[in-house]
Amino acid sequence: MKIAPLPRWAEVGLIPVLNIALALAVSGVVIAMLGESPMAALVVMMKGAFVNPGGLGYTLYYTTNFIFTGLAVSIAFHAMLFNIGGEGQAAIGGLGVALVCLALDPVLPGALVIVLAIGASAAFGAAWALIPGYLQAYRGSHIVITTIMFNFIAAGLTVALLTGALMRPGQSSPQTREFAEAAQLPFIHDMLGWVGLGVARSPLNLSFVIALVCCVGVWVLIWRTKFGYALRAMGQSEPAAIYAGIPVQRMVVIAMALSGGMAGMMALNEILGVQHKLLLNFTSGYGFTGIAVALMGRNHPVGIVLASLLFGALFQGGAELDFEFKTITREMVLLIQGLIILFSGALAYMLYPLVGRVFAMVRGADG
Amino acid sequence: MSILYGFYTADSGQIEIDGQPAKIHNSADAIRLGIGMVHQHFMLVPTFTVLENVMLGREGGALLERGRAETRAELERLSCEHGLEIDPDALVGDLGVGLQQRVEILKALRRGARILILDEPTGVLTPDETDRLFDILRALKRDGVTILLITHKLREIMEVTDAVSVMRQGEMVGHRTPATTTREELAELMVGRKVQLDAVPVTGEPGPVALVADGLSWRDAGGALRLDRVGLELRAGEILGVAGVTGNGQSELLDLLSGIAEPQAGQIRLGERRINSGHPADPAEMRALGLAHVPEDRQHRGLVLSFSAAENVVLGYQGGERAGTGAFINPTGIRALCQKLMDRFDVRPTDPSLRAGGFSGGNQQKIVLAREIDVGPKVLLVGQPTRGVDIGAIEFIHQQLVDLKQAGCAILLVSVELDEILALSDRIMVMNAGRVVGTIDRAEADRHRLGLMMAGIAEGAAA
Repeated sequence: MKIAPLPRWAEVGLIPVLNIALALAVSGVVIAMLGESPMAALVVMMKGAFVNPGGLGYTLYYTTNFIFTGLAVSIAFHAMLFNIGGEGQAAIGGLGVALVCLALDPVLPGALVIVLAIGASAAFGAAWALIPGYLQAYRGSHIVITTIMFNFIAAGLTVALLTGALMRPGQSSPQTREFAEAAQLPFIHDMLGWVGLGVARSPLNLSFVIALVCCVGVWVLIWRTKFGYALRAMGQSEPAAIYAGIPVQRMVVIAMALSGGMAGMMALNEILGVQHKLLLNFTSGYGFTGIAVALMGRNHPVGIVLASLLFGALFQGGAELDFEFKTITREMVLLIQGLIILFSGALAYMLYPLVGRVFAMVRGADG
Repeated sequence: MSILYGFYTADSGQIEIDGQPAKIHNSADAIRLGIGMVHQHFMLVPTFTVLENVMLGREGGALLERGRAETRAELERLSCEHGLEIDPDALVGDLGVGLQQRVEILKALRRGARILILDEPTGVLTPDETDRLFDILRALKRDGVTILLITHKLREIMEVTDAVSVMRQGEMVGHRTPATTTREELAELMVGRKVQLDAVPVTGEPGPVALVADGLSWRDAGGALRLDRVGLELRAGEILGVAGVTGNGQSELLDLLSGIAEPQAGQIRLGERRINSGHPADPAEMRALGLAHVPEDRQHRGLVLSFSAAENVVLGYQGGERAGTGAFINPTGIRALCQKLMDRFDVRPTDPSLRAGGFSGGNQQKIVLAREIDVGPKVLLVGQPTRGVDIGAIEFIHQQLVDLKQAGCAILLVSVELDEILALSDRIMVMNAGRVVGTIDRAEADRHRLGLMMAGIAEGAAA
């Protein structure tokens, strides 16, 4: 049976909310089976994510990572390319940040180093995605395969460098020396402190603002420039793009570079903003979660910010859950996150026919 | 039709077969009830033999040998009874379109079809092949098979049917018998108003040469020669019709002339620009040189179906001032342009923000045509301008092309509809197997002569 299309508000608003509710309901059942109260757990999560001192800061700090990787996936997706390599591109972006800081922080003023580091994160991430993009466009190697393989190469490369050339002198842990203090992105609690607002300490830093600026930038690029038009036309119909004289192969490479650049900028938050040194595995799955974020956010910057906020709150609230309840472990929290991804990502359209039928019934009753 | 064959289920109403109410939930039900369907686009496996295709879905057990023998016997019987001769061991991919269609019919009969639905069966056939198909249909009718012919070609209805039902926008608007009706009456029923069936060709003095192709050859990725030394000359203020059965190089010719494909041999001259394998031009450059292109496949090429109508009116012109100044697009400007074009070309619904996929075929085609005509091209390439378009829109589209010609545009019209070619062209070029069979003036052309040429039988009047 064919289902009449839903009104737009239901499609972008109602369906995601229902999906999340369903995921939370299933999680609640699991928590109840562990002998805890689902309601109490939800309260702990919400408090941990938004109310407790520093909770909101932590939530937004996680959100920042998801915005960058979510935007990265969405840019490529508008060109109908599945960039699964956000993880590796972010790692290489971090390498770019580290190289700039380690080489220049003794000689240049901090602000200039920061600007160069921001550029390096994007450029390194872009370069790392450009190679799979080129291979897809001109050699026909499938982008999903190559970007996954490039994740492994990036991981191997960072291990080799951090246990070798870049390892802090006189130490045996696989990380670089700390960057000069002037070359670190300021924390938001410090920045608010300068204007007299005291807030709790959290890892939230300037890169959150950079992420929001990127959202606006991506929106303008995709929806308001001729380049974005060509990109979307290519993603929606390659034959139409060829007919329209859009250089499809070149566009594939450029789209991947932009996507990788955005993923690379995730390193700003982790490396330049919080850790202040390059270390192993700082990407910790954000690149992959970005796929779910983009999917849930409908590849639109506003949706991506909302989805990122949800995942940020889950990460932060989940950590609190782990802390508060003996029976709920870190793995339990991962399970809840997994359920949300499953319901709002993989099963995003599961409820569509049901909601469609409800709408048809309501309409039928009206008429 | 999709309801009858079980692709969709009807919301209301019921189906009766031989007086018995029938429930059809899927195509298996339909087959069981003796309904067979021959689709417009064949559903055959080209790398299988005729025999294997016919037995597909009726293999008769895990081992093929018995089903094979049974099907072979059955095929022989059907061939004798209905005059449907075919070599059961030929690869379907090697057969001509007419024979492939015969395989589809045999497939349906083999499954015990007593009601045969044919969806636009003649679109891919030469006039001669069409006649043979109609002979077969008449024979099947004599043997008691019910035949449901879906077509938009009035000529076919008058020629072969016993009763005709006219549908317009999902409603039955009339039932007639061909013996007591006329083409004009049917056309009026289909559109809901009086229709000028045959546009009067207006011949004017052709102007200077606008586009020249010389010795164009092109092989596809598989190495098959699709275009073989094709040459043509197109003048301002004339319509050159390209006739031929689908798949005889017309699509490739359009691809080369529009810059979508690069010529491998030969040369194209557009104004001062010479295009050949050493100096290819992409579609963007061809547009800049004043060549507009209404592609054969509007759904895949001419439009981005998920884009709004407004976004689609700058497709192909997205880099230029039409789309906006500098690097940015101007959504309000594009909307206004779309609104203007929709008014001028009577596109319905008049809603620039509606997805292109939401318009009917005729209105989609009007959007494409409006876009390409509005830029004021020197040369217009048109492929199948009225395929899947209702008769009312056909009349309008034809008028637009004639007006454009009289405004001095050089038009190359590729169509598999002979009636369309005859109604619009000043000169007619016939293609067969990638070659130009000949080019003749409209005055010398008739269906019979063109039919012979389409079948590859050249005459003295070669260009």
